[in-house]
Amino acid sequence: MPQRAAAALADAPAPPGGDQPRRGLLRSAGTRIGGLWLLLALTVVVCGLSIAVGTRAIGLGTVWQALTDSGFPGDEAVVIRELRVPRTLLGILVGLSLGVAGALMQGHTRNPLGDPGLLGVAAGASAAVVLAIFILGVTTPAGDVWFAFGGALAGSVAVFAIGSSGRGGATPVSLALAGAALSALLYALVRAVLVSDSQTLDSFRFWVVGSLAGRDASIAWQVLPFIVVGLVLAVVNAPALNLLGLGEDVARGLGQHVLLARVVGIASITLLTGAATAACGPIGFVGLVVPHVARALTGPDHRWLVPCSALLGVILLLAADVVGRIVVRPGELQVGIVLALVGAPFFIALVRRKRLVGL
Amino acid sequence: MTAGGSITTRSTPQHVDKRRTVRIGPLSGVVRTRQLLLPVVALVALVLISAVSIGRGDYPIGLLDVLRTLVGAGDQTQQFVITELRAPRIVVGALVGLALGLSGALIQTFARNPLASPDTLGINAGASAAAVAVIVLGGGSSAAAGLLGGLGLQVAALIGALLTAFLIFALAWNEGVDGYRLVLVGIGLGAVGYAVVDWLLTRSDITDAAAATVWLTGSLNARTWDQAWPLALALLVLVPVALGLSRVLGVLQFGADTARALGIRVGRAQATVVLVAVCLAAAAVAAAGPVQFVALVVPQVAVRLAGGSRPPLLASALLGALLVVGADLLARTVLPVVLPVGIVTAVIGAPYLLWLLVRGRRSTT
Repeated sequence: MPQRAAAALADAPAPPGGDQPRRGLLRSAGTRIGGLWLLLALTVVVCGLSIAVGTRAIGLGTVWQALTDSGFPGDEAVVIRELRVPRTLLGILVGLSLGVAGALMQGHTRNPLGDPGLLGVAAGASAAVVLAIFILGVTTPAGDVWFAFGGALAGSVAVFAIGSSGRGGATPVSLALAGAALSALLYALVRAVLVSDSQTLDSFRFWVVGSLAGRDASIAWQVLPFIVVGLVLAVVNAPALNLLGLGEDVARGLGQHVLLARVVGIASITLLTGAATAACGPIGFVGLVVPHVARALTGPDHRWLVPCSALLGVILLLAADVVGRIVVRPGELQVGIVLALVGAPFFIALVRRKRLVGL
Repeated sequence: MTAGGSITTRSTPQHVDKRRTVRIGPLSGVVRTRQLLLPVVALVALVLISAVSIGRGDYPIGLLDVLRTLVGAGDQTQQFVITELRAPRIVVGALVGLALGLSGALIQTFARNPLASPDTLGINAGASAAAVAVIVLGGGSSAAAGLLGGLGLQVAALIGALLTAFLIFALAWNEGVDGYRLVLVGIGLGAVGYAVVDWLLTRSDITDAAAATVWLTGSLNARTWDQAWPLALALLVLVPVALGLSRVLGVLQFGADTARALGIRVGRAQATVVLVAVCLAAAAVAAAGPVQFVALVVPQVAVRLAGGSRPPLLASALLGALLVVGADLLARTVLPVVLPVGIVTAVIGAPYLLWLLVRGRRSTT
């Protein structure tokens, strides 16, 4: 658990393949728009699966009637409306957030290993949740939300403050190092509590795996405003990222306000990741893998990369959630675990390709 | 004025880098005082702190008595308390620190990245997954559980670590090992390992989960000669090999192309460096669990204390031992509650790294 954030490297050596023109599969604007429609269609399919598939087998006709007719009676309709629909909506929100945050993070750090968790978000949220459980005895997901969100914001602000102190300003390398160091410190705190109090451990171990289950609709509503603001900031930030990708000096020369772009980007990453972590616990790997897949499709242009990552994030998260419901019936495998088990081999396969699509 | 300035610069080149040179006949070399002095100082400090640490406990023994007993001239009670009860813990701590410091220095030099550590390569994750599986499933009744339980924690962790290392090599192999690809594959496998750990923790009952958490933090509690001997034997082989790699590392630092031009077989050299580093980390994690932050921070501290362009191997190893033994002493004596050593190493190491970050950039930019 602890060094996961440190795993992303500040100064990774250049990817194999060097400086060849990096282009995705979809090269013209027309095919890209077509690709986005395709992803949207896939998203709808996955959403449908997420509503239709579960521990309790419910016929497709019943599912459809429960969705369209609010007066439809029976337990199964309640399962659909009260459990599966909120869960799917939450999955959409969290998938959007993590996918977009990952794309922004890798763009800002210009590092293919940039994970949103790097900014101290996950560590801050974990520390806050552990303290909330230990000191205040909070044990429900609904109770954890605000502590997690506060912790995520505090962690991110602290990393930004430390990383940007001194005249050099907030460079990607200093931010990554500060994030790694602060995360290690916070996880030491988390472990100190967990080792000395087994009741806290009992509650915390279920939070830390990351899950969409057991969250009611109110949680989605609570985090929605933050996610909306974060997404708007991300859309605003995307063109600036293309300029920053040329290097800070060139970007400045082309009239980009570098500090402003960084602050907007980091605010967006923090809001999105913080809200997602608050709602579902720390879900890794979406933010790391999704931008790589998106980049293979669209190439490095962030105006296409960001929406593409958003849809792919939803598809990956909901698909992993559905898989988690099927594989160990009648139990469930938490989505965070499925993501790592499915996402990691996929990531390794991606890495093993001869030439990585670079940043 | 300008002319005067340039004359001054030109006339004092030998004072610029303040290096002492030694010439004996045709041979000459540079004596770097700090690089020679640092391991000596670290060794002396290590012996002293170990002696202090051995003396502290429910049955306090004075520093002089400890030293006397260690050379074989103490009374029977002290002999028993020291050699049977306290020394194994300190020895395991020192050896683990030694292995981690050395492993971190090797990996950071190889990856040319101050954030790389054995944990980046997923070694600790693999070991953790295996060890937690033994703790959690060991009590079960299935055949697999019986097999796992019979192996014991240390062996399981070692197997987990080595298996992960093998997988990393196999998956990253593509006509030679590429450093970048190796690190990425390690991160992927690390994520799988930690997902397995998290999943096992949610499935286990709470006493097992608590035991697993202590192991996952890295602890020196209840370590005996059973843990110390295998570790010592492994280090006896690995440390000389690692120190022998020093020259190759110095060349590899310039990048693969330059190293190749200078006559190094880059692929084989890189593979050897990573293999040694991975084996060191595996031996350490098997003995004490994944002790945090030593491999990450110690090489960076060593390079700042000794000067030079890369982490010095011997000094990193000794400082690693010093950090673990010192953290264990702090954890046992100063702190109000007894905490596993892995927490204390992180609490000492992380603020130091933060301080280096804040200070370092001010002086460079």
